[in-house]
Amino acid sequence: MTDLSIQRPQLQVADLRGDPRRMRTEAIVRGVLLAAALVSVAISGGIVWSLARETYAFVTQVDWSRVLFAEGWYPRQGVYDIRTLIVGSIWVTVIAMLVAGPIGLGSAIYLSEYASPGVRKTLKPTLEVLAGIPSVVLGFFAISVISPDIVEPLFGAGLFNLVAAGIAVGILSIPLVASVSEDALRSVPLALREASYGMGAKKLTTVTRVVIPAAISGLVAAFILAVSRAIGETMVVFIAGGAAGNQAFEVNPTHPGLTMTAAMATQAQGTDQVVGEALTFQSLYFVGAVLFVVTLALNLLANRVVRRVREAY
Amino acid sequence: MALTTIGAGGEAAASAVRAQLTTGRFDPKGTAFKVLLLASLAVSIGVLAVLFLDVGTSAAPVFQTRAESFLSGGLRTSADAAGVFQALRGTVWIGVFVIVLAFPIGVASAVYLEEYAPAGRLARFIDVNIRNLAGVPSIVYGILGLTIFVQQLSGLTGGRSLMAAGITLAILVLPIVIITAAEAIRAVPSTLREAAYGVGATRWEVTRGQVLPYAMPGIITGTVLALARAIGEAAPLLLCGAVTGLLPGKQGLLDLSQLSDRFTALPIVIADWSRTPRAGFDEIAAAAIVVMLAIVLAMNTIAILLRTRFEKRRT
Repeated sequence: MTDLSIQRPQLQVADLRGDPRRMRTEAIVRGVLLAAALVSVAISGGIVWSLARETYAFVTQVDWSRVLFAEGWYPRQGVYDIRTLIVGSIWVTVIAMLVAGPIGLGSAIYLSEYASPGVRKTLKPTLEVLAGIPSVVLGFFAISVISPDIVEPLFGAGLFNLVAAGIAVGILSIPLVASVSEDALRSVPLALREASYGMGAKKLTTVTRVVIPAAISGLVAAFILAVSRAIGETMVVFIAGGAAGNQAFEVNPTHPGLTMTAAMATQAQGTDQVVGEALTFQSLYFVGAVLFVVTLALNLLANRVVRRVREAY
Repeated sequence: MALTTIGAGGEAAASAVRAQLTTGRFDPKGTAFKVLLLASLAVSIGVLAVLFLDVGTSAAPVFQTRAESFLSGGLRTSADAAGVFQALRGTVWIGVFVIVLAFPIGVASAVYLEEYAPAGRLARFIDVNIRNLAGVPSIVYGILGLTIFVQQLSGLTGGRSLMAAGITLAILVLPIVIITAAEAIRAVPSTLREAAYGVGATRWEVTRGQVLPYAMPGIITGTVLALARAIGEAAPLLLCGAVTGLLPGKQGLLDLSQLSDRFTALPIVIADWSRTPRAGFDEIAAAAIVVMLAIVLAMNTIAILLRTRFEKRRT
């Protein structure tokens, strides 16, 4: 009688835990994957550390009268007027957004509200091709077509100027504005459009009074992201802006100019033996830090606006 | 008197009302708006056409007269002798760095975020961090490369070298790889996972056996797009010490010693030649653009084709 109970298999907690070898593999894999995920955190840390170290040296040692009250960007002579670069960046960004804003938004509205599925399928890849074109190509385009054929006849500008660079940066930003805006427009519920038509509204009224207001946060986010992209664009201005490391204070965009990014690029060409003043090399990091903070703030703002739109529906 | 009978005058009124209800009136404002929208799309297409035409006509003489010496030659001070071989070599190696570093790390991060990470503060922090990294201007990555891989780790990378540039560009596109891979993994139907867990598979067995194979086309599409982006990127290379004048090294394509040597790349020579005002440089800049666009557009096309093919198969 007691024999039976002894021979009955005893199920223990350990039997449900699974093969220890498989469990060990599982733990190792989890560790490796976590390490990979933390690489991106390390990269952020690396960026901040790289910028902060030399920027701190610059900020604490520089003669601030030569940063805020001097005129022009002459890093080799110790004149670091950041206003010169900021004015250049603002011009390029404003001109770029005058191009990319309406064209990108118009393309997005057409693709989302008017185009038939077949038309959409053939036109959308065109924007994707444009999105894939590297910025150096647009830089070449700026000085071989935009500047001599459009900007020179209109404004009487020289070959190198910020207007041509701004237009090229705008062309680069069109696909970004278009794709983010289109996503926003398409996420507007169909019921809103149907309600509008049901009230007898025309297509134009429905699009401009119902769909666009409903998608406005997404459209604003698209615009902010494009501004951030335009401020951070380097090669177009490096090629077509015309300045070579030094730049007098200039408010006229039809003259050669320098943006924050192009200033860094021109200066970086001589970074192994930095000739000139003691802080020339550090000024590269100072401009980089300003650029990083501005673009980060814009991206955070855009993310916040996008999150608001998600909560609405 | 039935309500349906309508007199002769009523007949006309009824047809007028019917016409108003069924046939649309011409809406001049609406049509003008639609034309305006179409015009904005046409601008993008027109710009692309002019760009290709301009680059093509500028580049044609170079390929007609000396295609072979242009593709096999190195950097020279005269436009008639200069070629893109050294630049092509640098660009190919940068692509290798992206595949070897960004692909595995990116996919592993995406798997961790989508399959492993408990939904909590850490996962959200990593996610926000990656999204912000994707928006950092490329030249700021150049600062990272200059400080860490050129200066701090010069013993390993050889300073201003191809290796420092390759690692920097792999880091630049890592957020793109992670975001696209995470999207592909999220699109895997949860029934697949549940079935595998139901028969007792561990998390890694589910991931390796079910999730990754299903998501692989999407992951590869994202990686190819990231590769195309890295190949066209020039700004970080300027900070990592890319050479624009003369490059002495004569290594072949597969010579590993070039990794710790000075280097150049296609977008760098394009930028440099475009800026050079002397005669002839316009043409070779355009010819170099043709070479780079051929590579970049081929990759983009592969990515788009892959995506549409697999989308079709699933639906």
